[in-house]
Parts: sequence; structure tokens; C-alpha cells
Amino acid sequence: MTTIQARIAKEPGSLRRWVSRHSPPYWLSLVGVGWMVLFFLIPLISGLIVSLETGNPVKGYTLTWNWHIYSQIFVHSDIPYTTFFIRSLIYGGSATILCILIAYPMAYYIAFRVSPRWKNSLLLLVLISFFISFVIRTDMWAFVLADQGIVVTTLRHLHLVSANFHILGTAGAVIGGDVYNNLAFMVLPIYVALERIDVRILEAARDLYANSRQTFLKTVLPLSRAGIFAGVLLVFISTVGDPVNSALLGGANTYTIGQAIQDAYLNNQQFNVAAALSTMLMLMLGVIMFIYARIFGTENIENLV
Amino acid sequence: MSLVTRQPERTRRSPWLAVFYWLVIVVTSVPIFVMVLYSFNNAPTSRITFAWNGFTTYWYRNLGQVNGLTHAFIVSIEVAVISSLISVVIGTPLAMALGRYKFWGMGSITAIVFADIAAPAIVVGAASLSFFLSINLNTGLLTILIAHVAFNVAYVVVVVRARLSGMDQSIEDAARDLGANPLVTFYRVTLPLLWPGLLAAFLLAFAMSIDDYVITSFIAGSTVTFPLFVYGAAKVGLPPQVLCFGTLIFVVGLLLAFGNGFLNRRHLVQRADTEDSLTH
Repeated sequence: MTTIQARIAKEPGSLRRWVSRHSPPYWLSLVGVGWMVLFFLIPLISGLIVSLETGNPVKGYTLTWNWHIYSQIFVHSDIPYTTFFIRSLIYGGSATILCILIAYPMAYYIAFRVSPRWKNSLLLLVLISFFISFVIRTDMWAFVLADQGIVVTTLRHLHLVSANFHILGTAGAVIGGDVYNNLAFMVLPIYVALERIDVRILEAARDLYANSRQTFLKTVLPLSRAGIFAGVLLVFISTVGDPVNSALLGGANTYTIGQAIQDAYLNNQQFNVAAALSTMLMLMLGVIMFIYARIFGTENIENLV
Repeated sequence: MSLVTRQPERTRRSPWLAVFYWLVIVVTSVPIFVMVLYSFNNAPTSRITFAWNGFTTYWYRNLGQVNGLTHAFIVSIEVAVISSLISVVIGTPLAMALGRYKFWGMGSITAIVFADIAAPAIVVGAASLSFFLSINLNTGLLTILIAHVAFNVAYVVVVVRARLSGMDQSIEDAARDLGANPLVTFYRVTLPLLWPGLLAAFLLAFAMSIDDYVITSFIAGSTVTFPLFVYGAAKVGLPPQVLCFGTLIFVVGLLLAFGNGFLNRRHLVQRADTEDSLTH
């Protein structure tokens, strides 16, 4: 800084030159960053502030720095929010693991077993369900898996299941819906990571007498870690908070924190409770992802964007 | 015969990976098949039924019959077009700043972009509503647009930046060396090269916007978008016309994707031809 000031002092007019040389990126990013700060970052903080307000839907809410709300929702609550939180984390975690197990072989197949000219088409097929609306495709699963739907009736006709067998309304249906709706977010980053692997490394492994299992475990899997990391980040975060799959595919026993936030805000108008729940969810996900990143992700986060 | 024989590149490979891939694709296509099929079902009521009652195009011929559905669809299209346009206009300069300069604060901006994409929709929706409530802005079309731009900008930045990093920067340098000022360089050189990236960014933003339910559900006020309508109707049974709209969106999306792929392929072939004629 001192050198710059010294130079500016020495040469008249060089301040303007210095500014004009260094300001373009700031002008270019001004509106975009401004929009994100104003309508994304600041709202996240204002969520925290709304959670500290007290009042009721009729009279309105005022800021009273009511930190007790956070102990209230977990300890002295008529509604078991702790259960909803744990349930959502279990659903999100299971869905994420299933996504890895299903997406990895698919990404591997496209990256290594398919001729280059077909790769884009096969990737497009992975994305095919994105061509129908999220709510419609989830509700179509509810339609297919319902008690009078084709799957359950067929299973009953074949006497494979008893008459009181259900799919819809179970945890399995919700997790299945989460996997279905997020699979592509796991396939794509893993595929990108696999595609970056130099095939000569695999040949080298073979030349050094590694069998296919060793080659996979010692070279391919470690080299695709960044892809799995990115996929887990996207899928886990979006499934833990999701209210749609549990609402359309679940039942009374699959109520998740996403639904709780929605109901508290939109149906019961308990703004402070809803804001506290959402702030808590964000903190929880932040902490989990931070720990996860410290353990598994050494990659720079900028590489993911 | 040479002493060192190279092993065949592709040794015997089990077909299980291919079988697995296609199995998953078939399963993920089930909702699409069901949607298209039941949009033609001659259902006796104005709600979808499990029984198949024969083929009809009745629901397509009476698309506008359901109260509010067509209006919701038009609102969604409007929101998607406007929010995507704004996102591309303000996101592209940001992508250029990140892709073409090194500057103080870059890391923070990248982190915000990443957080914007990764943040759970439910938290963003709830937080946006808190924000709009605390600044006393009535929720409605305007707040939907603001929030959609806020999440779409991040997608635009990622897509355009990826396109920028794949572009040869020396062409821009050449333009500058030949005396073009930054604005002229942008319009005559950068923009034409960037065009496919902008189109891709617009289409992605459009898709994210028209499909968003969670965030919109918080900040829509009394405005009803297509996903909000469908979600509300899903609880009592969808009108078949919803499936018709879904099928139409599916077909248009597929055409756009294939069209884009076809254009890219032709572009590649042309470039290969020119390179061929240059080298021979």
C-alpha cells in the first residue's frame, strides 16, 4: 500500500490510471454481487433476527431478542421438532448414500465404457426426469405407488405381499423420492471427476500388475473423490430440507423439518418459530458440511463452482 | 512378429454396468411414461383415475377448462422469462469479472455464488419471507421475481464462467492489440464467442425458475405459479390437464435439448472441415 501511495505522490495523474486499471472487475461484479448480497445473504441474517422476535399472528411481532426460542423449540415444545430434525437428517443421509451407490456405477459406465460420441446422449438420459416439473414427477410416483396404483395392486394379485402392505406413506417412499429427484446431482459431478482422470494412469496401474479391483480402489476411487464430495454436498443439503417428497410420498409418520418450517410459516404464522427452525437447520447443515469437508475434502471449494 | 505384443485395450468386460445403467434409466422414466399415458386417459371425472378408460385427446382439446391452471402457467412462463433475462444480464458481467481478472474479494464472491447454489431451498424461502416481512414489502409477483433472480444469478455465473474458461483469450488480446477499446472488444469478439454460453445459462435459469416450488411457496403471496397450482391440486387429485401441460413442457424441453445438441454437432463438423481444408 505504501509503495502505491508513494508512486501516486510522485506521478500526478497516476491515481486515476491505477483506479482505471484495477476497477473493471469491481464495476462488472457490482450489480450481480449486490443482488445476491441484498436478496440472498441479508435475508439469511434477517431470518435470525425474525427468530428473536416475540408476538402473535394477530398483533404482529416485535424484536425482543428472545433467545429462549431456541431452547423452546428443542426442549419445551408441544411439537417434537427434535424428532423432525433427526428424522430429516436420517432421510437425507440415507438418500445421499443410496445416490452415491447408484450414481457411481452410472457415471463410471458413461466415462469409461462408452464411445465419446454417445457420452452426451447418455448424460442427457440421466437428466431426462428434469424435463418434467418437479412437483408433477414426484406426484406421478405417488400415483404409481399408491395403494390402488399399479405396483401395489400387482404385488397383491401375485400374493407377494399381504393386504395391508403399503409403499406410499412409508419412510422408504420418501427416501426413494429423494434419491430419484437428486440422482443427477450425484451422477454429473462424479462423471466430471472421472472424465478428468488420465487413462494412462489406469494403464500404468495395470502394467504394474494391479488387478482391476486394486486399480479401482487405489487409483480411480481416490481420483474421483472431489466429484463424490461435490455430489454429497448438493444432495445431502437439498434432501434434508426438502418438504415436497415427504409431503407427497410420505404420511403422518414421515413428517420432516422442511414441512414443519413450511407449516409454521404459512399455516400457523408462527414467524419466530419458523425462522428459528430454518436458522437452526442452516447452522446444522453448515456444521455437518464443515466437518465433512475437513475429513474428506481437501480440494479447494472454488474448483466445485 | 514383435517381441512386445500390446495387450488388447478392451479386455473382456462384464455387461453389468450397462445393464445397471439402463435399468436405472428405465426406472427414472416411469413417471414420464405414466404422465404422458394418463394425459390421454378417457377418465370419467375431471381428476386422474387409476383405471384406464381408453384413449382420448379430450384433455388436450380442453386445456383451458381448469380454473386458474392456464393463468398459473402463464405466470410461471412470465416469471421464468423475465427472471432469466435479468439474471443473464447481471450475471454475465460478474462471470467475466471472475473469469478474466484477479482481484481482491474474488474468493468471497465465489463463496457467495457457491452458497447461493448449495443453500437449502427451504431455508432460502423462509429467510426471504422473513426479509420481505421485515422491510414491509408485500409478497407477490415482484417478490417472486426478486427471489428467482437471486438464485438464478449464481447458475448463470457458473455456466458463463465455464464457457469463458474454455474460450481462447488470445483472440481478445489480439483485438486489443489491434486498437479495439474494451467495449468494442466485448461486442465484436467476446459476445459472439460467448453466445452459446449465454443461451445455455438462460435455458438453465429458465428451467430452474419454472420448476421452483419450495422458495416460491413462501414468497408468492396470493400469486399462483404452475408448481404451486400443481402442488395444491396434488392433494385432492390432479386434473388431467396438468398432465397435458407437463407433457407439452416435456416435449418442448426435449426439442430444445436435441436442437442445441444438433447445432453443437454441426458446429463441430464445420470447424473440423475448416481445419481440414486449412491443413491440406
